[in-house]
Amino acid sequence: MISLQNIRKSYHTDYNSLEVLKGIDLTINQGEFVSIMGSSGSGKSTLLNILGLLDEFDSGEYLLNDAAMDNLSQKQAAMYRNQLLGFVFQSFNLLNFKTAMENVALPLYYQKVDRKKRQALALDYLDRVGLKEWAHHLPTQLSGGQQQRVAIARSLITSPKVILADEPTGALDSKTSHDVMEIFKEVNREGITMIIVTHEEDIAKMTNRIIYLKDGLIEKEETGTISQT
Amino acid sequence: MIDLDKWQEIFSSLSRHKLRTILTALSVWWGIFMLVILLGFGKGLQNSATRNFSNDAENVLYIWADQTSVPYKGLPAGRFIGYTSPDLEAIKGLEGTKRTSARFNMSGNYFIAYKNKSLAYRVQCVPPEHYYIENPILTSGRFLNQTDMDLRRKVVVMGEAVREELFKEDEDPLGEYLEIKGIKFQIVGVFTEGKKRETERVYLPLSTAQRIDGTEDVHTMIVDMGKANYEEAMVIEESVRQELSTRLKIAPNDRQAIGIHNDAENFKEISLVMTFLNIFIWFVGIGSIIAGVIGVSNIMLIIVKERTKEIGVRKALGATPNSIISMIVQESVFLTSIAGYLGLACGMGVIFAIQKVMEINEAELEFFHNPEVDIKLVLVALLILIISGAVAGLIPAIQAARINPVTAMKS
Ligand SMILES: Nc1ncnc2c1ncn2[C@@H]1O[C@H](COP(=O)(O)OP(=O)(O)OP(=O)(O)O)[C@@H](O)[C@H]1O
Ligand SMILES: [Mg+2]
Repeated sequence: MISLQNIRKSYHTDYNSLEVLKGIDLTINQGEFVSIMGSSGSGKSTLLNILGLLDEFDSGEYLLNDAAMDNLSQKQAAMYRNQLLGFVFQSFNLLNFKTAMENVALPLYYQKVDRKKRQALALDYLDRVGLKEWAHHLPTQLSGGQQQRVAIARSLITSPKVILADEPTGALDSKTSHDVMEIFKEVNREGITMIIVTHEEDIAKMTNRIIYLKDGLIEKEETGTISQT
Repeated sequence: MIDLDKWQEIFSSLSRHKLRTILTALSVWWGIFMLVILLGFGKGLQNSATRNFSNDAENVLYIWADQTSVPYKGLPAGRFIGYTSPDLEAIKGLEGTKRTSARFNMSGNYFIAYKNKSLAYRVQCVPPEHYYIENPILTSGRFLNQTDMDLRRKVVVMGEAVREELFKEDEDPLGEYLEIKGIKFQIVGVFTEGKKRETERVYLPLSTAQRIDGTEDVHTMIVDMGKANYEEAMVIEESVRQELSTRLKIAPNDRQAIGIHNDAENFKEISLVMTFLNIFIWFVGIGSIIAGVIGVSNIMLIIVKERTKEIGVRKALGATPNSIISMIVQESVFLTSIAGYLGLACGMGVIFAIQKVMEINEAELEFFHNPEVDIKLVLVALLILIISGAVAGLIPAIQAARINPVTAMKS
């Protein structure tokens, strides 16, 4: 599903340049549930953003679904993001002026799915994360856990191949975090590849493969508690 | 279907951000509204100026007779002079006079009588050419003509005010007779004017009136100088003076005997005022458009900045740069169009209301008449605002659509 070879990335500021990823080699198969750990500043988010085509890499090779992801135009990247990838962010990133249902339906708008169908599907997915009754609430009227579940529903609605989540439980208490992880596991059981970045050992343990980053390189890998099906 | 969707998206985005929508709309609305009002009032002032001065012939000399102030060729100072029809003929032949006319006032006290009513309105005895001096609007019949003049016919053309006083609304006065100085004059025409006061009179043929009084006198001579400019008008005035001085044995340096009022002097002032008025209107109009453009541009800039995070999220979810740009530009164009249209409508409404109120009250303000708005001009202004709104949105939208979604979402 995903294959990275010698991926490098550095950020240039006015005064210096900082190499954040120093040659990442990584293969993730379809249906895997992977977590990425590492100390702050080790490059976890950078790696995830590159995987999610939200940011560009400097050199190396990235194959997603057997297609090379180098030198993509913004339009191509948008298309891949829309059709293959789903995102869950630490800060939810819901649009505050749209209801839960409209937020969930938004990715389908960019697939030019018709409005009625979009809204019906959005309700289905909200139902899946247990928020059907909250469909017409604005994000500000929801708790953090509820907002994150809306965001998950939004990431699922396009039936992506891969879901990328950057510290999805970072803003949640442990009970809610576990609820969210339960949803992720269920999604993963349907064959969707899950990649999450986390700081929390117990969250990482719930995945089936843990990748440790250190100073822009993969330090080690461990197997989590759930076994691959 | 997809397009309808886009509109729904635009509409919901605008309606969920009421404050910024209202602010943007207000600045466009105000700009256009003010422009319409301004143009309307400017036009009203202009129309009144043109009505007062150029409905009548624009370049006219009025010549009246006075007392001499210098003795000449054995004739004493203080002599009363007077003009006669041959003097008028002589002036008609001068270079630069397009037409001439004259007024003669019959002697004695007399009224305009019809059946058992009588009025003390003015009786003006004029040649047919007088039509081009006053430019009355004939509501029925005709004005005096050359045959009336040649045959000294007893005919009369009466003003609307006279008709209202003497005849019923449904009565046809043509062919009826008015009695003046005990003589019956057949009504051949009814006229009206921009100002009602100017219809409180009747016109008789000059020659007929002269015959009644048994004289060749004329009291005022009028020279239409056509399109003569200020300098030309002054030359014509001088040649009229010379001609009359010679004919009536008046000292060439006697400025009192021949009274002349030259419209060109008025006209010069009026056209100066109109020019200033025009410059002022354009100045303020362009100012209000520029203010509108700056307002819209500023707000669009702020809006796009404010929406950077939203743009990042939309991009992460699969929005292409083009769809982001077109979303912002379309919102801006939609908003400015609607607001501009409302401004136009409100402005026109106010102008129209003023027109109506003036009509109902028959208000005749000297300085304000028939305010109207040049729609084409306003539409151009609106177009400028819409385009500037689009451009103002376009530049930051392109920038926002270009930055990578991670950076955008962090803001
Ligand atoms: N846009 C950027 N411009 C410059 N430097 C950046 C940028 N984004 C990240 N960095 C730097 O790159 C390094 C890695 O950042 P990254 O966000 O990948 O770390 P992380 O592992 O996700 O850390 P954390 O656990 O705190 O989220 C950091 O030193 C950060 O300062
Ligand atoms: Mg991070």
